[in-house]
Amino acid sequence: MDLVTFLIQILNALQYGLLLFLVASGLTLVFGIMGIINLAHGSFYMVGAYMAFVLTGMTGNLMLTIALGIPLAFAFGALLEWLLFAHLYKRDHLEQVLLTYGLILIFEELRSLAVGDDVHGVAVPALFSASIPLSDTLSYPVYRIVISVVCLLLAGGLWWLMKRTRLGMMIRAGSHDRDMVQSLGIDINLLYRTVFALGVALAALAGMLAAPISSVYPGMGGSVLIISFVIVVIGGIGSVWGALVAALLIGFADTFGKVLLPEFAGLAVYLVMAAVLLWRPEGIFKKG
Amino acid sequence: MMQDQQRRNVMRVAVGLALAALAPIGAVQAAEKVKVGLMLPYTGTYASLGNAITNGFKQYVTEQGGTLAGREVEYFVVDDESDPAKATENANKLTKRDQVDVLVGTVHSGVALAMAKVARDTKTLMIIPNAGADELTGPLCSPNVFRSSFSNWQPGYAMGKVAAERGHKTAVTLSWKYAAGDEATGGFAKGFESGGGKVVKQLTLPFPNVEFQALLTEIASLKPDAVYVFFAGGGAVKFVKDYEAAGLKNSIPLYSSGFLTDGTLEAMGTSGEGLVTALHYADGLDNAKDKAFRSGYMTAYKAQPDVYAVQGYDAAQLLKAGLDAVKGSDKLDKDAMIKAMGAATIDSPRGSFTLSSAHNPVQDIYLRKVEGKENKVIGIAAKKLADPARGCKM
Repeated sequence: MDLVTFLIQILNALQYGLLLFLVASGLTLVFGIMGIINLAHGSFYMVGAYMAFVLTGMTGNLMLTIALGIPLAFAFGALLEWLLFAHLYKRDHLEQVLLTYGLILIFEELRSLAVGDDVHGVAVPALFSASIPLSDTLSYPVYRIVISVVCLLLAGGLWWLMKRTRLGMMIRAGSHDRDMVQSLGIDINLLYRTVFALGVALAALAGMLAAPISSVYPGMGGSVLIISFVIVVIGGIGSVWGALVAALLIGFADTFGKVLLPEFAGLAVYLVMAAVLLWRPEGIFKKG
Repeated sequence: MMQDQQRRNVMRVAVGLALAALAPIGAVQAAEKVKVGLMLPYTGTYASLGNAITNGFKQYVTEQGGTLAGREVEYFVVDDESDPAKATENANKLTKRDQVDVLVGTVHSGVALAMAKVARDTKTLMIIPNAGADELTGPLCSPNVFRSSFSNWQPGYAMGKVAAERGHKTAVTLSWKYAAGDEATGGFAKGFESGGGKVVKQLTLPFPNVEFQALLTEIASLKPDAVYVFFAGGGAVKFVKDYEAAGLKNSIPLYSSGFLTDGTLEAMGTSGEGLVTALHYADGLDNAKDKAFRSGYMTAYKAQPDVYAVQGYDAAQLLKAGLDAVKGSDKLDKDAMIKAMGAATIDSPRGSFTLSSAHNPVQDIYLRKVEGKENKVIGIAAKKLADPARGCKM
């Protein structure tokens, strides 16, 4: 591997890692902070991607779609929390697994009924559709770089929300001791509804942003579910920075695994996970 | 006394006549039925393929006036969910409980392998209307197992041959690391290298991973004359878009088995335009059979037929060839049917084909080019191509 190729591969790894963080960020909130084993996380991602497909078909503009889609997803998340998840906080994990697994099946069927089983594509916004030439044969799509920037902003924003705002403080307190927070006069139900809805909105945002580069297809939620859990667990449950570091680590493991050890590429991610958990059983950053 | 005797005799004759009149009707009815077990995916990712195959099969039966070789067709339908873990149980249900005469299925190669095992053990006739695993008509071949579709090797080999003919000297192959990918890229390498080319690297990534960027970078640094890939569905769309976005589409020609661009062109948008692929079916085949098939399918199902519908249609044709050999007989003589099916010439919308001794189609593989959301035929990549059927002993 010559130097230019090596540098491009580092760029690939960084960019993929940031994309993974985007995909996992919603789960960081719902699983990491609220402690719900949410297997339907991938379905929310899928809902976002299909929303991008359907709404972009109507509006003709992905930016507008995202501006519309985020509040829609947020409202959808709040509704789901009120209807279903609110009854789960005091139940054990097995019941959460059952409910969220059931949701996966329901969302897949609804998707099949509403949009069908064909593969769809979403056009990259014209503004970002160019590519930057990197070597004589390879160029880099601007849209991927835009996504990376959005991911960085999002990571910063989430960190700021959790550590620097009153809402973040209440969320962290609530995840430590629900009853105590409630007795201090904070509406814990509203708080949890907000966090959950935010988690769903983030997953949907990831789906919408990824739609132009990943295409939109049945079962796409399943492809991000496992990797999202891996990232949240490696990063340290509940830690935003941890998830970012873990996502980058996975990005590097996957990229260089594919190039250097193609026979074991499928294993690379899980080897990293095993190594990290042996070294720090609670993840890189412990819950703070 | 005498009168009694006479009366009894008259009665006997009357009953006898009545029975005699009934008997042939009963015999004809028994001969007129054939039990067809359709084991296909009707839910999940491959649901649309399962439906297209079923539609194609039923279209041929309808064209024949609702019967095959004078026999009424009774369907037993099982959704195989493309789940290999349930395949043996589902196939057993059809062969043992429903006692079907012929098993038709399926799309997923893993499921088809399990079905073929059941078919071999129970000596049930089986027609595979899609699954391309080389093994099915290779090491695992069996006299009672037929295929109306293709082997993964076939389009790969044909594409390799054409790539070499087009003057490419070096190529890189890329696919998911699973049986179908290995077989297709293996076929390409064989065709390409027999034409004087050289595959410099066989890249793979784990199924169903779709993060191609690292491997596209690898391709850009290797700078081969051509790239051959094997992807389908959502992965195919993503790959083609990424290949273009990486600027490779203009500098290194991309070739593939036709599954890359079948049912995915709408989603690819302009990225798919101009791609060259090889498959046993194409748009714009100029033959009367295909035109009639397409217009019939459009009228019946209000949708454009695809390669899967053709494979289902031909599965029904293949079955009819077998039933013709046992026309009028009460029981289905399997050996006679197998002999007739093996020797049949199928007048397919793809162009007529025969079967190899391993029961895989010996067929023309078309060279197709994507033009405005269609896979237009631009030539024949390999004429009357037979799968080598390595390891098949019958």
